[in-house]
Amino acid sequence: MNPESPNPLPHYTEYHPRWYRRPVSTYWWLGSWPYVRFILRELSSLAVAYFVGLTLMQIYGLSQGAQAYAELQEWLRQPAVLGLNSLAFLFAVFHTYTWFNAAPKAMAVRMGGKRVPEWAVAAPHYAAWMAASAFVLWFLLRR
Amino acid sequence: MAETIQLEVTRYSPERDAKPTLERFEVPMRPEWVILDALNYIKDKVDGSLTFRWSCRMGVCGSCGMMVNGEPKLTCATFLHKYEGKAVRVEPLRYFPVVRDLVTEISDFMRKLKRAKPWLIRRTEKALAEGEYLQTPEQLDTYKQFSMCINCTLCYAACPVYGLDAEFIGPAALALAQRYNLDSRDQGAEERMLALAHPDGVWGCTFVGECTSVCPKHVDPAGAIQQYKLKAAMHWVKSLLKPGT
Repeated sequence: MNPESPNPLPHYTEYHPRWYRRPVSTYWWLGSWPYVRFILRELSSLAVAYFVGLTLMQIYGLSQGAQAYAELQEWLRQPAVLGLNSLAFLFAVFHTYTWFNAAPKAMAVRMGGKRVPEWAVAAPHYAAWMAASAFVLWFLLRR
Repeated sequence: MAETIQLEVTRYSPERDAKPTLERFEVPMRPEWVILDALNYIKDKVDGSLTFRWSCRMGVCGSCGMMVNGEPKLTCATFLHKYEGKAVRVEPLRYFPVVRDLVTEISDFMRKLKRAKPWLIRRTEKALAEGEYLQTPEQLDTYKQFSMCINCTLCYAACPVYGLDAEFIGPAALALAQRYNLDSRDQGAEERMLALAHPDGVWGCTFVGECTSVCPKHVDPAGAIQQYKLKAAMHWVKSLLKPGT
Protein backbone atom coordinates (compact mmCIF):
# COMPACT_ATOMS: atom_id res chain seq x y z
CA MET A 1 0.00 0.00 0.00
CA ASN A 2 1.26 3.45 -0.90
CA PRO A 3 0.99 5.63 2.25
CA GLU A 4 1.04 8.85 0.18
CA SER A 5 -1.92 7.87 -1.91
CA PRO A 6 -5.38 9.04 -0.77
CA ASN A 7 -6.73 5.85 -2.33
CA PRO A 8 -6.21 2.99 0.16
CA LEU A 9 -5.79 0.46 -2.65
CA PRO A 10 -2.40 -1.06 -3.41
CA HIS A 11 -0.82 -0.14 -6.71
CA TYR A 12 -0.51 -2.54 -9.60
CA THR A 13 2.33 -4.97 -9.61
CA GLU A 14 3.97 -4.87 -12.98
CA TYR A 15 3.00 -7.77 -15.29
CA HIS A 16 0.55 -8.96 -12.70
CA PRO A 17 -3.06 -7.80 -12.38
CA ARG A 18 -4.35 -6.85 -8.99
CA TRP A 19 -6.97 -9.36 -8.08
CA TYR A 20 -9.50 -10.18 -5.45
CA ARG A 21 -9.38 -13.55 -3.74
CA ARG A 22 -12.59 -14.39 -1.95
CA PRO A 23 -11.88 -15.96 1.45
CA VAL A 24 -13.31 -19.45 2.03
CA SER A 25 -15.66 -19.54 5.01
CA THR A 26 -15.37 -22.24 7.67
CA TYR A 27 -19.03 -22.92 6.92
CA TRP A 28 -18.53 -23.33 3.15
CA TRP A 29 -20.42 -26.62 3.31
CA LEU A 30 -23.66 -25.21 4.69
CA GLY A 31 -26.36 -24.25 2.25
CA SER A 32 -25.74 -26.97 -0.34
CA TRP A 33 -27.00 -30.52 0.23
CA PRO A 34 -24.14 -32.33 -1.64
CA TYR A 35 -21.59 -30.60 0.61
CA VAL A 36 -23.62 -31.23 3.79
CA ARG A 37 -23.87 -34.89 2.73
CA PHE A 38 -20.09 -34.99 2.26
CA ILE A 39 -19.49 -33.59 5.76
CA LEU A 40 -21.99 -36.10 7.23
CA ARG A 41 -20.18 -38.89 5.37
CA GLU A 42 -16.85 -37.78 6.79
CA LEU A 43 -18.38 -37.54 10.30
CA SER A 44 -19.86 -41.03 9.91
CA SER A 45 -16.35 -42.51 10.13
CA LEU A 46 -16.46 -41.47 13.82
CA ALA A 47 -19.46 -43.79 14.24
CA VAL A 48 -17.47 -46.65 12.69
CA ALA A 49 -14.56 -45.91 15.06
CA TYR A 50 -17.03 -45.76 17.97
CA PHE A 51 -18.34 -49.26 17.18
CA VAL A 52 -14.80 -50.60 16.95
CA GLY A 53 -14.14 -49.12 20.41
CA LEU A 54 -17.40 -50.55 21.74
CA THR A 55 -16.56 -54.04 20.43
CA LEU A 56 -13.09 -53.87 22.03
CA MET A 57 -14.76 -52.75 25.27
CA GLN A 58 -17.09 -55.77 25.16
CA ILE A 59 -14.21 -58.16 24.50
CA TYR A 60 -12.35 -56.61 27.43
CA GLY A 61 -15.51 -56.96 29.57
CA LEU A 62 -15.72 -60.64 28.63
CA SER A 63 -12.10 -61.19 29.60
CA GLN A 64 -12.84 -59.74 33.06
CA GLY A 65 -15.36 -62.45 33.94
CA ALA A 66 -19.13 -62.95 34.02
CA GLN A 67 -19.81 -60.31 36.66
CA ALA A 68 -17.92 -57.55 34.82
CA TYR A 69 -19.60 -58.49 31.54
CA ALA A 70 -23.06 -58.43 33.15
CA GLU A 71 -22.32 -54.93 34.52
CA LEU A 72 -21.24 -53.81 31.08
CA GLN A 73 -24.44 -55.23 29.57
CA GLU A 74 -26.43 -53.36 32.20
CA TRP A 75 -24.61 -50.12 31.32
CA LEU A 76 -25.33 -50.70 27.63
CA ARG A 77 -29.07 -50.97 28.38
CA GLN A 78 -29.27 -47.38 29.64
CA PRO A 79 -31.56 -45.20 27.47
CA ALA A 80 -28.79 -42.65 26.81
CA VAL A 81 -26.39 -45.37 25.59
CA LEU A 82 -29.15 -46.98 23.52
CA GLY A 83 -29.89 -43.57 21.97
CA LEU A 84 -26.22 -42.95 21.20
CA ASN A 85 -25.87 -46.44 19.71
CA SER A 86 -28.97 -45.95 17.55
CA LEU A 87 -27.57 -42.67 16.21
CA ALA A 88 -24.16 -44.25 15.65
CA PHE A 89 -25.85 -47.18 13.88
CA LEU A 90 -27.65 -44.82 11.47
CA PHE A 91 -24.34 -43.09 10.73
CA ALA A 92 -22.60 -46.46 10.26
CA VAL A 93 -25.32 -47.54 7.77
CA PHE A 94 -24.91 -44.22 5.94
CA HIS A 95 -21.14 -44.75 5.91
CA THR A 96 -21.54 -48.23 4.42
CA TYR A 97 -24.00 -46.97 1.81
CA THR A 98 -21.65 -44.18 0.68
CA TRP A 99 -18.68 -46.57 0.70
CA PHE A 100 -20.42 -49.11 -1.51
CA ASN A 101 -21.59 -46.37 -3.86
CA ALA A 102 -17.98 -45.15 -4.10
CA ALA A 103 -16.70 -48.63 -5.02
CA PRO A 104 -17.85 -48.55 -8.69
CA LYS A 105 -16.13 -45.19 -9.14
CA ALA A 106 -12.79 -46.63 -8.02
CA MET A 107 -13.19 -49.96 -9.80
CA ALA A 108 -13.45 -49.54 -13.56
CA VAL A 109 -14.21 -53.19 -14.30
CA ARG A 110 -14.17 -54.06 -18.00
CA MET A 111 -15.72 -57.18 -19.51
CA GLY A 112 -16.05 -58.06 -23.18
CA GLY A 113 -14.36 -54.79 -24.16
CA LYS A 114 -16.94 -52.67 -22.31
CA ARG A 115 -17.06 -51.13 -18.88
CA VAL A 116 -19.35 -52.98 -16.49
CA PRO A 117 -22.17 -50.63 -15.36
CA GLU A 118 -21.79 -49.07 -11.91
CA TRP A 119 -24.81 -50.90 -10.45
CA ALA A 120 -23.28 -54.26 -11.39
CA VAL A 121 -20.13 -53.41 -9.39
CA ALA A 122 -22.10 -52.08 -6.42
CA ALA A 123 -24.62 -54.97 -6.33
CA PRO A 124 -22.20 -57.70 -5.09
CA HIS A 125 -21.10 -55.37 -2.29
CA TYR A 126 -24.70 -54.89 -1.16
CA ALA A 127 -25.38 -58.63 -1.53
CA ALA A 128 -22.35 -59.45 0.66
CA TRP A 129 -23.52 -56.85 3.21
CA MET A 130 -27.02 -58.36 3.33
CA ALA A 131 -25.62 -61.90 3.63
CA ALA A 132 -23.28 -60.90 6.48
CA SER A 133 -26.11 -59.02 8.25
CA ALA A 134 -28.45 -62.03 7.83
CA PHE A 135 -25.78 -64.31 9.30
CA VAL A 136 -25.25 -62.00 12.30
CA LEU A 137 -29.02 -61.80 12.86
CA TRP A 138 -29.32 -65.60 12.69
CA PHE A 139 -26.39 -65.97 15.09
CA LEU A 140 -27.90 -63.55 17.61
CA LEU A 141 -31.47 -64.79 17.44
CA ARG A 142 -30.88 -68.57 17.26
CA ARG A 143 -32.02 -70.62 20.26
CA MET B 1 -43.61 -16.43 -19.18
CA ALA B 2 -42.57 -13.16 -17.51
CA GLU B 3 -41.32 -10.44 -19.85
CA THR B 4 -38.15 -9.70 -17.90
CA ILE B 5 -35.88 -11.31 -15.35
CA GLN B 6 -33.55 -9.81 -12.75
CA LEU B 7 -29.84 -10.59 -12.97
CA GLU B 8 -27.50 -9.88 -10.05
CA VAL B 9 -24.04 -9.70 -11.51
CA THR B 10 -20.69 -9.42 -9.70
CA ARG B 11 -18.90 -6.17 -10.46
CA TYR B 12 -15.28 -5.65 -9.54
CA SER B 13 -12.88 -3.08 -10.83
CA PRO B 14 -9.35 -3.51 -9.48
CA GLU B 15 -8.67 0.22 -9.93
CA ARG B 16 -11.74 1.27 -7.97
CA ASP B 17 -13.04 -1.44 -5.65
CA ALA B 18 -11.56 -3.03 -2.56
CA LYS B 19 -13.86 -6.01 -3.06
CA PRO B 20 -16.58 -7.15 -5.46
CA THR B 21 -20.17 -5.95 -5.24
CA LEU B 22 -23.39 -7.06 -6.90
CA GLU B 23 -25.19 -5.00 -9.52
CA ARG B 24 -28.78 -5.70 -10.52
CA PHE B 25 -29.90 -5.63 -14.15
CA GLU B 26 -33.26 -6.27 -15.73
CA VAL B 27 -33.06 -8.21 -18.97
CA PRO B 28 -35.72 -9.52 -21.38
CA MET B 29 -36.83 -13.07 -20.68
CA ARG B 30 -36.67 -15.01 -23.93
CA PRO B 31 -37.21 -18.77 -24.05
CA GLU B 32 -34.23 -19.35 -26.32
CA TRP B 33 -31.80 -17.26 -24.25
CA VAL B 34 -29.07 -18.68 -22.09
CA ILE B 35 -27.35 -16.77 -19.25
CA LEU B 36 -24.59 -15.77 -21.66
CA ASP B 37 -27.17 -14.13 -23.97
CA ALA B 38 -28.43 -12.10 -21.00
CA LEU B 39 -24.87 -11.00 -20.16
CA ASN B 40 -24.28 -10.02 -23.78
CA TYR B 41 -27.56 -8.06 -23.73
CA ILE B 42 -26.30 -6.13 -20.68
CA LYS B 43 -22.96 -5.47 -22.36
CA ASP B 44 -24.57 -4.35 -25.65
CA LYS B 45 -27.52 -2.34 -24.33
CA VAL B 46 -27.00 -1.39 -20.68
CA ASP B 47 -23.36 -1.27 -19.56
CA GLY B 48 -20.55 -1.87 -22.01
CA SER B 49 -18.00 -2.10 -19.22
CA LEU B 50 -19.32 -5.46 -17.96
CA THR B 51 -16.43 -7.87 -18.42
CA PHE B 52 -16.69 -11.64 -18.92
CA ARG B 53 -15.09 -14.38 -20.97
CA TRP B 54 -16.81 -16.26 -23.72
CA SER B 55 -16.02 -17.62 -27.13
CA CYS B 56 -17.74 -20.52 -28.86
CA ARG B 57 -21.26 -20.20 -27.39
CA MET B 58 -21.76 -23.95 -27.84
CA GLY B 59 -20.22 -25.72 -24.81
CA VAL B 60 -16.92 -26.53 -26.49
CA CYS B 61 -14.39 -23.82 -25.63
CA GLY B 62 -14.93 -23.86 -21.84
CA SER B 63 -14.50 -20.07 -21.50
CA CYS B 64 -17.85 -18.97 -20.09
CA GLY B 65 -17.90 -20.88 -16.80
CA MET B 66 -19.43 -18.85 -13.96
CA MET B 67 -21.31 -19.41 -10.73
CA VAL B 68 -25.04 -19.25 -11.42
CA ASN B 69 -27.04 -19.10 -8.19
CA GLY B 70 -24.07 -20.68 -6.41
CA GLU B 71 -23.51 -23.53 -8.88
CA PRO B 72 -20.65 -23.72 -11.40
CA LYS B 73 -22.21 -23.63 -14.88
CA LEU B 74 -21.28 -23.01 -18.48
CA THR B 75 -23.39 -19.90 -19.07
CA CYS B 76 -23.78 -20.78 -22.75
CA ALA B 77 -25.51 -24.02 -21.77
CA THR B 78 -27.73 -22.73 -18.95
CA PHE B 79 -31.14 -21.48 -20.00
CA LEU B 80 -32.54 -18.32 -18.48
CA HIS B 81 -36.09 -19.73 -18.22
CA LYS B 82 -34.84 -22.35 -15.75
CA TYR B 83 -34.67 -19.51 -13.22
CA GLU B 84 -38.04 -17.95 -14.03
CA GLY B 85 -39.69 -16.37 -11.00
CA LYS B 86 -36.48 -15.76 -9.10
CA ALA B 87 -33.43 -13.54 -9.41
CA VAL B 88 -30.39 -15.04 -11.07
CA ARG B 89 -27.07 -14.37 -9.39
CA VAL B 90 -24.08 -14.58 -11.72
CA GLU B 91 -20.66 -14.59 -10.05
CA PRO B 92 -17.12 -15.44 -11.12
CA LEU B 93 -16.01 -19.05 -10.67
CA ARG B 94 -15.38 -19.79 -7.00
CA TYR B 95 -11.86 -20.33 -5.59
CA PHE B 96 -10.09 -18.44 -8.41
CA PRO B 97 -8.86 -14.87 -7.98
CA VAL B 98 -11.06 -12.31 -9.77
CA VAL B 99 -9.34 -9.83 -12.06
CA ARG B 100 -12.44 -7.93 -13.20
CA ASP B 101 -16.21 -8.47 -12.91
CA LEU B 102 -16.73 -12.11 -13.95
CA VAL B 103 -13.21 -12.82 -15.20
CA THR B 104 -11.04 -15.14 -13.13
CA GLU B 105 -7.31 -15.69 -13.22
CA ILE B 106 -6.59 -19.35 -14.02
CA SER B 107 -2.76 -19.43 -14.23
CA ASP B 108 -2.72 -21.68 -11.18
CA PHE B 109 -4.78 -24.27 -13.07
CA MET B 110 -2.56 -23.98 -16.14
CA ARG B 111 0.58 -24.56 -14.04
CA LYS B 112 -0.99 -27.58 -12.35
CA LEU B 113 -2.22 -28.99 -15.64
CA LYS B 114 1.36 -28.94 -16.92
CA ARG B 115 2.53 -30.88 -13.85
CA ALA B 116 0.12 -33.69 -14.78
CA LYS B 117 1.87 -33.97 -18.21
CA PRO B 118 -1.31 -34.29 -20.26
CA TRP B 119 0.34 -35.35 -23.49
CA LEU B 120 1.51 -38.61 -25.05
CA ILE B 121 4.88 -39.66 -23.67
CA ARG B 122 6.87 -42.28 -25.58
CA ARG B 123 10.01 -43.94 -24.28
CA THR B 124 10.54 -45.57 -27.64
CA GLU B 125 9.42 -44.00 -30.89
CA LYS B 126 8.41 -46.07 -33.88
CA ALA B 127 10.07 -45.27 -37.18
CA LEU B 128 7.84 -43.19 -39.45
CA ALA B 129 7.93 -45.95 -42.05
CA GLU B 130 6.22 -48.29 -39.57
CA GLY B 131 3.11 -46.15 -39.72
CA GLU B 132 0.80 -44.76 -37.09
CA TYR B 133 0.12 -46.10 -33.60
CA LEU B 134 -3.06 -48.05 -34.13
CA GLN B 135 -5.73 -48.37 -31.48
CA THR B 136 -8.78 -50.62 -31.22
CA PRO B 137 -12.22 -49.18 -30.32
CA GLU B 138 -11.91 -50.94 -26.93
CA GLN B 139 -8.56 -49.25 -26.25
CA LEU B 140 -10.09 -45.91 -27.19
CA ASP B 141 -13.07 -46.57 -24.94
CA THR B 142 -10.88 -46.96 -21.82
CA TYR B 143 -9.90 -43.26 -21.83
CA LYS B 144 -12.40 -41.54 -24.14
CA GLN B 145 -14.59 -40.23 -21.33
CA PHE B 146 -11.63 -38.46 -19.72
CA SER B 147 -10.55 -36.99 -23.06
CA MET B 148 -13.77 -34.95 -23.28
CA CYS B 149 -12.45 -32.36 -20.79
CA ILE B 150 -12.61 -28.80 -22.15
CA ASN B 151 -10.59 -27.21 -19.29
CA CYS B 152 -13.57 -25.08 -18.26
CA THR B 153 -12.47 -25.36 -14.57
CA LEU B 154 -16.05 -25.78 -13.31
CA CYS B 155 -14.76 -28.81 -11.38
CA TYR B 156 -12.25 -26.59 -9.56
CA ALA B 157 -15.05 -24.23 -8.55
CA ALA B 158 -16.99 -27.24 -7.19
CA CYS B 159 -14.03 -28.69 -5.29
CA PRO B 160 -13.73 -27.47 -1.68
CA VAL B 161 -10.37 -29.25 -1.38
CA TYR B 162 -8.99 -26.92 -4.06
CA GLY B 163 -10.55 -23.95 -2.26
CA LEU B 164 -9.02 -24.90 1.07
CA ASP B 165 -5.69 -26.30 -0.08
CA ALA B 166 -3.95 -24.14 -2.66
CA GLU B 167 -1.42 -26.90 -3.41
CA PHE B 168 -3.99 -29.50 -4.50
CA ILE B 169 -3.49 -30.22 -8.19
CA GLY B 170 -7.24 -30.44 -8.77
CA PRO B 171 -9.84 -32.57 -10.57
CA ALA B 172 -9.36 -31.70 -14.26
CA ALA B 173 -5.56 -32.05 -14.18
CA LEU B 174 -5.88 -35.45 -12.51
CA ALA B 175 -8.58 -36.61 -14.95
CA LEU B 176 -6.43 -35.54 -17.89
CA ALA B 177 -3.39 -37.32 -16.46
CA GLN B 178 -5.50 -40.45 -16.21
CA ARG B 179 -6.70 -39.89 -19.80
CA TYR B 180 -3.07 -40.28 -20.98
CA ASN B 181 -2.20 -43.02 -18.48
CA LEU B 182 -4.98 -45.15 -19.94
CA ASP B 183 -4.04 -44.45 -23.56
CA SER B 184 -2.50 -47.56 -25.15
CA ARG B 185 -0.04 -45.33 -27.09
CA ASP B 186 1.30 -43.68 -23.94
CA GLN B 187 4.34 -44.81 -21.94
CA GLY B 188 4.44 -41.97 -19.40
CA ALA B 189 2.54 -43.42 -16.42
CA GLU B 190 5.73 -43.74 -14.35
CA GLU B 191 6.72 -40.13 -15.07
CA ARG B 192 3.28 -38.86 -14.03
CA MET B 193 3.21 -40.94 -10.86
CA LEU B 194 5.51 -38.48 -9.07
CA ALA B 195 2.93 -35.68 -9.37
CA LEU B 196 -0.16 -37.87 -9.09
CA ALA B 197 0.58 -40.30 -6.23
CA HIS B 198 1.34 -37.40 -3.93
CA PRO B 199 -0.42 -35.64 -1.01
CA ASP B 200 -1.09 -32.74 -3.41
CA GLY B 201 -2.19 -35.20 -6.08
CA VAL B 202 -4.82 -37.92 -5.80
CA TRP B 203 -4.25 -38.36 -2.05
CA GLY B 204 -5.37 -34.77 -1.49
CA CYS B 205 -8.82 -35.67 -2.84
CA THR B 206 -11.41 -36.47 -0.14
CA PHE B 207 -13.94 -37.61 -2.75
CA VAL B 208 -16.54 -34.91 -2.35
CA GLY B 209 -17.65 -35.94 -5.84
CA GLU B 210 -19.06 -32.57 -6.92
CA CYS B 211 -16.43 -32.24 -9.68
CA THR B 212 -18.25 -35.06 -11.47
CA SER B 213 -21.71 -33.63 -10.76
CA VAL B 214 -20.94 -30.23 -12.29
CA CYS B 215 -18.88 -31.42 -15.29
CA PRO B 216 -20.71 -30.29 -18.44
CA LYS B 217 -18.93 -32.95 -20.53
CA HIS B 218 -19.57 -35.92 -18.18
CA VAL B 219 -15.85 -36.50 -17.69
CA ASP B 220 -16.12 -37.93 -14.14
CA PRO B 221 -12.90 -36.56 -12.61
CA ALA B 222 -13.88 -38.07 -9.22
CA GLY B 223 -13.93 -41.51 -10.86
CA ALA B 224 -10.55 -40.92 -12.52
CA ILE B 225 -9.04 -39.91 -9.18
CA GLN B 226 -10.45 -42.88 -7.24
CA GLN B 227 -9.27 -45.27 -9.97
CA TYR B 228 -5.82 -43.78 -9.77
CA LYS B 229 -5.82 -44.09 -5.97
CA LEU B 230 -6.49 -47.81 -6.38
CA LYS B 231 -3.71 -48.08 -8.98
CA ALA B 232 -1.22 -46.15 -6.81
CA ALA B 233 -2.09 -48.30 -3.77
CA MET B 234 -1.60 -51.50 -5.80
CA HIS B 235 1.72 -50.14 -7.09
CA TRP B 236 2.80 -49.49 -3.49
CA VAL B 237 1.80 -53.01 -2.38
CA LYS B 238 3.67 -54.50 -5.34
CA SER B 239 6.77 -52.48 -4.49
CA LEU B 240 6.62 -53.88 -0.95
CA LEU B 241 6.28 -57.46 -2.18
CA LYS B 242 8.81 -57.11 -4.97
CA PRO B 243 11.26 -54.31 -4.08
CA GLY B 244 12.93 -52.69 -7.06
CA THR B 245 9.96 -53.06 -9.42
